[in-house]
Amino acid sequence: MKRIVGLAVGVLALCALVLADNALLINGAGATFPYPIYSKWFDVYHTKNPNFQFNYQSVGSGAGIKQVTEGTVDFGATDGPMNDDQLKTFQDKHNGTGILHFPTVLGADVPTYNIPGVTGALNFTPEALAGIFLGKVTKWNDPAIAGSNKGVNLPAADIIVVHRSDGSGTTYIWTDYLSKVSDEWKTKVGKGTSVNWPSGIGGKGNEGVMGSVKTTPNAIGYVELIYAVQNNIPYGSVRNSSGNFVKADLASVTAAAAGAAKEMPDDFRVSITNAPGNKAYPISSFTWLLIPQKFQDGGKRDAIKGFLQWMLNDGQNSVEALSYAKLPKEVVEKEKKAINNIQ
Amino acid sequence: MATTTTTLKGAGPVSGSRSFFLKLRDGDEIARLVTLVFATTVVLITAALVWELWVNSALPRQKFGFHFFVTSVWDPIMDQFGALPFIYGTMVTSAVALLVAVPLGIGAAIFLAELAPPRVSDTLQFFIDLLAAVPSVIYGLLGVFIVVPLMRTVIYPALNKPFGYLPIFKGPSYGVGFMTAGIVLAIMVIPYIISVSREVLLSVPRDQREAALALGSTRWESTWKVVVPFAKTGIMGSIFLALARALGETMAVTMVIGNTPKIAASLFAPGYSIAAVIANEFTEATGDLYLQSLIALGLVLFLLTFILNGLARILIVLTTQKGSEVGG
Repeated sequence: MKRIVGLAVGVLALCALVLADNALLINGAGATFPYPIYSKWFDVYHTKNPNFQFNYQSVGSGAGIKQVTEGTVDFGATDGPMNDDQLKTFQDKHNGTGILHFPTVLGADVPTYNIPGVTGALNFTPEALAGIFLGKVTKWNDPAIAGSNKGVNLPAADIIVVHRSDGSGTTYIWTDYLSKVSDEWKTKVGKGTSVNWPSGIGGKGNEGVMGSVKTTPNAIGYVELIYAVQNNIPYGSVRNSSGNFVKADLASVTAAAAGAAKEMPDDFRVSITNAPGNKAYPISSFTWLLIPQKFQDGGKRDAIKGFLQWMLNDGQNSVEALSYAKLPKEVVEKEKKAINNIQ
Repeated sequence: MATTTTTLKGAGPVSGSRSFFLKLRDGDEIARLVTLVFATTVVLITAALVWELWVNSALPRQKFGFHFFVTSVWDPIMDQFGALPFIYGTMVTSAVALLVAVPLGIGAAIFLAELAPPRVSDTLQFFIDLLAAVPSVIYGLLGVFIVVPLMRTVIYPALNKPFGYLPIFKGPSYGVGFMTAGIVLAIMVIPYIISVSREVLLSVPRDQREAALALGSTRWESTWKVVVPFAKTGIMGSIFLALARALGETMAVTMVIGNTPKIAASLFAPGYSIAAVIANEFTEATGDLYLQSLIALGLVLFLLTFILNGLARILIVLTTQKGSEVGG
């Protein structure tokens, strides 16, 4: 009996300790793509600064924008920047104060395919990719594909397009790229986290697209670079704006960001698909944290500012271990200045 | 005074003469009230559900009105939303599922209840219950890795070559599509049909069978002409339970249906279902009209389930009346 009482006292003491650890809780929600690096960052930051506890829910970019606009979370995260309408809605709901975009890491989409008999990496021109996804290039031996793959024995088989069925930042990057390289895509389909696909079948998540491509002969799809790297999936090169065929890797993605950095707007809402630069991989993108400009709670404001500083310095060193591409130096410097705009 | 009033009011049954407090003390009244509350919550939850769906789908109702049900463009970029391909996909996959599952399920139930030795029947029942408890994502994986390749390499050639002139078997096959989704759904709902139908068949009184046998019928005649008709209502119930599951299934369907909002006559074509599109697009739905259109789809699914359930009830009433007429 005594032991039970002792145990109970011990448990109570432990509970009290946990409760006494009243770290300031800062809630965020949004994009799923950067979730692995965010959860690592928030964890490391908490051990270094036990006073702050960041809690991040990876509910999707759309839900993240919605929740930060409605004020149910302290910050949001998105794979595609908020559009002007969304910014205006935010301002209307927050007495005219706005929301700031902070790029955190970079990602990229890669074309992956399954053609019986073809083992090497294929080269894709922007015209070929747009044609395939518009449903106009229908055979693998079409001159649009064969022209940039001399010596590869492409079959006369029907191309089966696989796209994402769930709304996702991956689709946003892909359709943003196609909108830039094809006017027809821009007017007919447009860019977004979900679009009205002209052709093909939908798979849920990167794994759904990958699964369909793997099991369907003559299929082509697109997945996140990280997913392709971690699962050893072969993928093709894409011709960039300088005319070079570039295979996506961490360096070529950072190069795309560096190419775009010179013309980086002050609000960081920039698309870096089809970016200039010899080595730039054209289907790359930033992912952003969405931070309200004005905080009622000074403690939360300081916590977030502190975290952003840390993320831009120490935080950037740990991203490549998780297959994300680092921010280029110019962007980091610019963001450090922008932190001062948070009030 | 109070007692007098009560006696006067409850002039009918004897138990009515007992005072309310007396009944309360005995526990009858408590039990009645508690169970009444439980029963009411079901109604309340349903009402709250419809209310929420209705209120949160006002925008598409204003913008598209009835056109929401009959147009087939689903374009989040241009803000055009039509529910028809999803309604079509939901109904076609459910219909395929029932076409496959009902004969198989009822046949298996008859074997288990009437023909198999009790030990075999109980063992098999254990496995069937196990199947009913498997999470739907597992069935989805089964679909992706087994049914989809099987569809492309075996079922499609077998049906397309001889019957390719029929619209429902025309066109190319990607492996995924209405038929694949229907078959995966069939696998998922068969355990429900077997389990419930077997219980119902087992509960048919023994004298029914004995009477039939005594009149000189064979084992199969007594089963098919006496036992099964006796259990018809219950078997119908099992089918409707299966239908409800098929209509609302999300995960397994989205993994094998192809997720393409198009209406195609061919069962091999990829399609989309209501539950699947909601699950796929809800988290990333930006813009009020888009989000509310998805909620409106939820309302449509609710209505569809409601209508089909209503039709099912009517069917039960009609067939049982017919059955009793024949029996009489």
